Amino acid sequence: MNGSPLLEVSELTVHHGQLRALDQVSFRVSPGEVYAIIGANGAGKSTLLRTIAGLHRPSSGSIRYDGKDVTGTRPERRAAAGIVMVPEGRRLFPSLTLEENLQIGASHARRGQWTIPRVYELFPWMHDRKNQRTEQMSGGEQQSVAIGRALVANPRVLLLDELSLGLAPVVVQRIYGMLPQILATGLTVVIVEQDVSQALRVASHIHCLLEGRSTLQGTPGDVTAEQVEAAYFGLARQEDTALWHG
Amino acid sequence: MAWVNGIIQGILIGGLYALFACGLSLMFGVMKVVNLAHGDLAVIGGYIAVGVIAVTHVPVLLSFLIVVPLMALLGYVLQRTVIQAALNRGILTTLLVTFGLSIVIENGLLEFINANSHSLGVGNAMVTGSFKVSSQIQIAYLLLLIFAVAVAVLLGLQFFLTGSKYGRMIRAVADDREAAQLSGVDYRHVFGVAAAIAFGTVALAGIAYGMYSQFSPTTGTDTILLFAFAAVVIGGLGSLWGTLLGGVVLGVAQQIGAQINASDQLLAGYLVFLAVLVLRPQGLTARRAQT
Repeated sequence: MNGSPLLEVSELTVHHGQLRALDQVSFRVSPGEVYAIIGANGAGKSTLLRTIAGLHRPSSGSIRYDGKDVTGTRPERRAAAGIVMVPEGRRLFPSLTLEENLQIGASHARRGQWTIPRVYELFPWMHDRKNQRTEQMSGGEQQSVAIGRALVANPRVLLLDELSLGLAPVVVQRIYGMLPQILATGLTVVIVEQDVSQALRVASHIHCLLEGRSTLQGTPGDVTAEQVEAAYFGLARQEDTALWHG
Repeated sequence: MAWVNGIIQGILIGGLYALFACGLSLMFGVMKVVNLAHGDLAVIGGYIAVGVIAVTHVPVLLSFLIVVPLMALLGYVLQRTVIQAALNRGILTTLLVTFGLSIVIENGLLEFINANSHSLGVGNAMVTGSFKVSSQIQIAYLLLLIFAVAVAVLLGLQFFLTGSKYGRMIRAVADDREAAQLSGVDYRHVFGVAAAIAFGTVALAGIAYGMYSQFSPTTGTDTILLFAFAAVVIGGLGSLWGTLLGGVVLGVAQQIGAQINASDQLLAGYLVFLAVLVLRPQGLTARRAQT
């Protein structure tokens, strides 16, 4: 791969009615990266991810995917082209069985190595429970089904929105533990995560949002804990920190 | 014995009411559209059948082979244009738009055809005949046929919804259309397919009603839509087999009412409808309330 980005977000501004949820956010994601968007509640992380997936229309700015402008493309077209999101709150189809949920995911899939049997290999418990409805399953199991439903579409860019939300820490660990196996298939991942330490562990690049604006970008190795804290909360400005430490 | 006969006739007529109702239920279940033009569209199906029979001389019983595809096409087109445009502006707008559609259809029929009643009369002995079960119980072949068609339609819908790729997509879109979009499903197209199926059943309802009775431009709202609503509410919103149960309960209530006093037929049906609304608003087939 050359250095050209797979996903390029330029000066993206998104409004929810009067509220400006995102303000001039720009970044590039190269193939194979794990790009983490962190930030407090209401920072605009989910809005950013949903806009990349096509569920929100930006007021200005553009989104380029694989060299093509997809800013005005409908979400279902983006999904079929390879931008697939695991939405916040999992959003499985409650009246469908586990396998039917995966079949919907595969219904407009790109060609690729992810198939329903392959998902059953990744999550062996699913095979025995494929005819169950997903509403009877635990939160962690539902999250796994949601990931499986996204994988069978064979995405090039996988958008993961708040995987850890509402899950026990041990379950979160287990799900994030799957990430290397998923990445090994050549996916590029953009994650939104409130749990900063979790994000720093898995990400190759982090991007912090505060009230819709970018406050910090860099690799986990580049940034210090103080910088992340300052960017995350926006409380400690440069001079304040100097004052505290002085 | 007259009572037994009334109940049997009520059950059979319930099949016709289920045909009225299943399209209405499907459109509500999938798109959350309450189609107030539902009855008028059934009447259009009847008029199309009259025209098709006059032009092509197909037997009445086979007219559905032409009318159902035509109505299905109309359903897809209407959904993708007028109804989708209304949906984009909010669920309540669909009420206004389908109400407007209903008025346009009724007045269009009055203007361009006439106010006369039409029926799809069939000379066929199979259709006009009946057989005796006992001295007081006589079953018309036509009603039995309509009941069988209703059961076949519901079975077909059930197999389609649970067993086919499109059926699965319809259920997924009904559950969560945004999540379906994220899996690459174009929900507008799926809505169109669901509307096409609903309109296909509406066409069958119109033809069946035309063979059973006669229709005029206003039959759609003053009979078919009301009975369809009653059957859906009694049976339970969004439940397919509930529409058959609802239709049968409505039919039996009407026939029992007619036994008491011939003029109480409709009243008895609506009293049961009201009783269900008060005592069991989720309908007789207990299903989790749909969002």
